[in-house]
Amino acid sequence: MKSLTILKYQWKDLLRGKWIVGYGLIYLLIADAMIRFGNAGPKAMLSISNIMLLLIPLVGIIYGALYLYQTREFTELLLAQPIDRPSLFWGLFGGLAVPLAVAFAVGTAIPMIYTGMIITASTQSILLILLLGIVLTLLFTGLGFWFALKFFEDRVKGLGFALVSWLFLAVLYDGLVLLAVFAFGDYPIEKPMLALALANPIDLARITVLLEFDISALMGYTGAVFNRFFGSLMGISVAFSCLMLWLGIPLWRSQRQFDKKDF
Amino acid sequence: MISIQRLRKDFGTRTVLNELDLEIPAGQATGIVGPNGSGKTTTIKALLGLVKPTSGDIMVDGKSISGEWEYRNKIGYMPQIARYPENMTIGELFQFIKNMRGSDTNRDRELLEYFELDNEIDKRMRALSGGMRQKVGAILAMMFDPEILIFDEPTAGLDPKSSVQFKRLVHREKEKGKTVLLTSHIMSEIEELTDHLIFIVEGNIRYDGPMRELMELQQEQRLEGAVAKMMEETAA
Repeated sequence: MKSLTILKYQWKDLLRGKWIVGYGLIYLLIADAMIRFGNAGPKAMLSISNIMLLLIPLVGIIYGALYLYQTREFTELLLAQPIDRPSLFWGLFGGLAVPLAVAFAVGTAIPMIYTGMIITASTQSILLILLLGIVLTLLFTGLGFWFALKFFEDRVKGLGFALVSWLFLAVLYDGLVLLAVFAFGDYPIEKPMLALALANPIDLARITVLLEFDISALMGYTGAVFNRFFGSLMGISVAFSCLMLWLGIPLWRSQRQFDKKDF
Repeated sequence: MISIQRLRKDFGTRTVLNELDLEIPAGQATGIVGPNGSGKTTTIKALLGLVKPTSGDIMVDGKSISGEWEYRNKIGYMPQIARYPENMTIGELFQFIKNMRGSDTNRDRELLEYFELDNEIDKRMRALSGGMRQKVGAILAMMFDPEILIFDEPTAGLDPKSSVQFKRLVHREKEKGKTVLLTSHIMSEIEELTDHLIFIVEGNIRYDGPMRELMELQQEQRLEGAVAKMMEETAA
């Protein structure tokens, strides 16, 4: 119950900050532009998901970390009130992650509605993209929280690690995978490739999108392997359960850390 | 009644509190003094559950606080540095904490008037001066009428007038039978407000007893002199 009270006030505070509205507007503009250029087909949706796969992790992880640093004194004040730490943790997390997820979902959905894409395109694909965006938001905000709690006294370190993790997962990872493919191309490396794909939440989300649109050959080696190995439906469910693990573990660790922490 | 038993806190290899044993008497005002970094704030934070002790225990009204949170219903706390969500107004902040505590007290109105902040209630937190924020912190600590009041250097950012106002208010709370715990570097303030004194140096208690006795012991008229003498003795 107390989590909800915190949640409510934080939403209000975030909305006042206008920052979150701007964040939603970015998605609105992107989705609008992509639908205009891509003729409301699967191409538009692919473009939207490509941008989403870069932007959501970045904003989630950086803002997640920054947020805990910014609200440090306020957190201390709340901790001095009669509230248990898990409630406060979930209140803080929900107070940030939920508005970020809503800003993304609403910003992306509005152009789809007024361009009529929601009727012409497959509902399943639209819902999948929105759902993936929401999961990625929660996941990377959780990772950001984890970094901030791990390096609570040293915000430069915390933010640095957050930024480097994003760079690694979103940009460098695929390059390294390709490099591995080049180097060990003569060996049967499909299983290690699968493991590599499972180890990166952004790759997991990307593979889910690829499998949904059935164009895995276009985007990266990992997608192709995944497709061949699992077949579409199986692939999606495996990727999604791995995503859930990626969502759960950092949050669980963060909450434990928050529980034991000295403020 | 607060009793601290063999409380120890290590940050890494540094021992901040070294097996502290303290009884903070109920219905009295207790002052904690000591040099910077001596462990005053850590003691208070341990009492609030913000800092988890390495070993030892704290009892409030005979019950251990370890892993508990309900006992904080009895406590009002005013921190050293008070920062609040920038976009919240004073009124919203108070309403928020009221919702959290599940209380519908009207005492915040009265206290706002007392501190002459009643016209600022719709002001955003970021528009407030440091002193105003301190006052907001003081009101937050006192508005729920808790049995135990904890102030961590409360007057550090207040102008003389507000400082006097604040002290008068603490006096009144004390008279009502509240347990007051206060840290400060301003000895005259401690002298004015408290009856019981705790002197901490590097996590060890150097003095724990009635303030008058210390002054007699050190043959000083003012607390400042007595504490200064004690600090010199520890340094020597």
